[in-house]
Amino acid sequence: MAISMALSSISSSVSSSTSVGNPRRRALHLKTQRPRTVFLGSKVECGIRGVQHTDLSRNATFHSAKATLSELLRENTTSTSDLLLMHDEGLELYEDMILARSFEDMCAQMYYRGKMFGFVHLYNGQEAVSTGFIKSLRKDDFVCSTYRDHVHALSKGVPARQVMSELFGKATGCCRGQGGSMHMFSKEHQVLGGFAFIGEGIPVATGAAFATKYRREVLKDDKADAVTVAFFGDGTCNNGQFFECLNMAALWKLPIIFVVENNLWAIGMSHYRATSIPEIWTKGPAFGMPGVHVDGMDVLKVREVANEAIARARRGDGPTLVECETYRFRGHSLADPDELRKPDEKAHYAARDPIMSLKTYLIENNLASEGDLKAIEKKIDEIVEDSVEFAEASPLPERSQLLENVFADPKGFGIGPDGRYRCEEPGFTAGTAQV
Amino acid sequence: MQVTKGLLQKFGPDRVLDTPITEAGFTGLGVGAAFYGLKPVVEFMTFNFAMQAIDHIINSAAKTYYMSGGQISVPIVFRGPNGAAAGVAAQHSQCFAAWYGSCPGLKVISPYSSEDYRGLLKAAIRDPDPVVFLENELMYGETFPVSDEVLDSNFTLPIGKAKIEREGKDVTITAFSKMVGYALKAADELAKDGISAEVINLRSIRPLDRATINASVRKTYRLVTVEEGWPQHGVGAEISASVVEESFEYLDAPIDRITGADVPMPYAANLERLALPQVEDIVRAAKRACYRQVPQSAAA
Repeated sequence: MAISMALSSISSSVSSSTSVGNPRRRALHLKTQRPRTVFLGSKVECGIRGVQHTDLSRNATFHSAKATLSELLRENTTSTSDLLLMHDEGLELYEDMILARSFEDMCAQMYYRGKMFGFVHLYNGQEAVSTGFIKSLRKDDFVCSTYRDHVHALSKGVPARQVMSELFGKATGCCRGQGGSMHMFSKEHQVLGGFAFIGEGIPVATGAAFATKYRREVLKDDKADAVTVAFFGDGTCNNGQFFECLNMAALWKLPIIFVVENNLWAIGMSHYRATSIPEIWTKGPAFGMPGVHVDGMDVLKVREVANEAIARARRGDGPTLVECETYRFRGHSLADPDELRKPDEKAHYAARDPIMSLKTYLIENNLASEGDLKAIEKKIDEIVEDSVEFAEASPLPERSQLLENVFADPKGFGIGPDGRYRCEEPGFTAGTAQV
Repeated sequence: MQVTKGLLQKFGPDRVLDTPITEAGFTGLGVGAAFYGLKPVVEFMTFNFAMQAIDHIINSAAKTYYMSGGQISVPIVFRGPNGAAAGVAAQHSQCFAAWYGSCPGLKVISPYSSEDYRGLLKAAIRDPDPVVFLENELMYGETFPVSDEVLDSNFTLPIGKAKIEREGKDVTITAFSKMVGYALKAADELAKDGISAEVINLRSIRPLDRATINASVRKTYRLVTVEEGWPQHGVGAEISASVVEESFEYLDAPIDRITGADVPMPYAANLERLALPQVEDIVRAAKRACYRQVPQSAAA
């Protein structure tokens, strides 16, 4: 199983011929004037070189990146042991992906039965990205996501019961029913789920990474080495906030990983019609960080890249931009009729279903038996069923909860004439509003 | 504006950060840092530029404590000059008190004197919620006498409590920020005509100190609200509604709102002067409220 990643630290044009030539000679062309980055233990130091605009067709650039890829492949083919899993790790990954898939399928069922409402965005097909990254994080690492955040919350450890209750709008949900599908937060598991606007979560994730670095360097807390992972889509990569944060993260060397879940469609807008340079990983080196492209339908490849990026961030070498080529099997949201995508494109990616790929890999390499995997599926079915029952049985939030949690201190309705907080006065109502 | 002069030398570049001019990015970054326990103070060169970041102020900062069901609080302060300066034209002169003041989850403060600035900024930084601190560029140059108590390093003022700058019994004038100075001057003028005006310095736009305002109206029976921003849906509109709801029987005259003109700020100096409330406007409104013989305002 060859590694199929492109390392994007070169943006110069060489001649447009794609002959490989002597690989070492090619490496010497990479003169660096800016800080160098090393990725995946490669001995090729890659730097950023000013782009020469003379002989640049996009193809030339892309091919020159692939040419250097071949050097890395030659270096790395000796060490494929990273891809092999221990039995337990394999089962853990499989379980997480099955949980994601079953949970999302159950969400669709519940939505069509009217138990869930509003905007619901499902993650079917992209499980490898979430599992690949989040299962390599520690409990105190941060995850920041978008509206497609159920699975990020589940992978990070938020119990399925709490997520399902939140979706049903019950008081036992992870945000007490006040957030909903698009706003999954968990302080305990460090999940900053859900932002409804694209690109909104990226600066917030950058801030969390900044807080870690600040704790470490200014508050002198040696144990502060949490890493932040920001997930977002291909459409977000055209948004100004994305570039602002790439700049600041590289400028201040923040411990953050920007993960692009490129599923080729921004709601109904095709990535190729919306983007001048569709190769998103090339935008990393423009700001001074490595950009990596990985097959997001293969959890093992994602995991390999994730481990390296996380280690890089943790030791203080700065941010990484990872583009995961993936696909969502369902529409943008449950209200999306999904008429714009061609059936053969869907079929192509359905054949690369990440769960089937992992299952095949585990069985072929004798890391697990059919029986083990069936047992996991059964266990997950029970967990998901239980979460639905729990959510149905949970109470709706009380009326008094409407006005709670607007302010942290103490309900923010100000100070009364006697100097005490107004909310503590008997017969208190919210100003002149009657609830 | 030299507000942060000397801070870099005192606290070092780790704590006082110069950022690129990317409001959306750095405001979001500040909010993210506040989510995880730091207490950032984000400075905007003026609040007009904060419009590029208003998504983060409202959606990421103000709403998060509610959306997360009480898990994540956001102890951040957004500060900067607000409102009109001198001759800076339409895109640099908007007053944002009403916009931010309508958003639940934010605390909005607009101080007037040195004592206000000192006490309220410290209270804002210590507050566990997002606070929008609206300063005024033209007030940076004014000096005020302060007592020793104010100079104490732990001096704070409560957020949500207005101050009665000047006691009176004939008409109540509410104002915030620079307009408090104008209201005080108007009160001096009115005193010459035998009208004793009570001037309330709102200090806090959200939460609005309705109790103080209503208590004052119940004493004087007349109200004039003064603000620099646009009239429709402004701070004066909210105060009017609040007083009508709570103290209707006490009112002896319709409530007068003195606001900036309902236009984007013009550049020409004489037009700018016409577009902003002046002391004579406040005097005229107060006299009208007291049924003295003054014609309706001739303002555009």
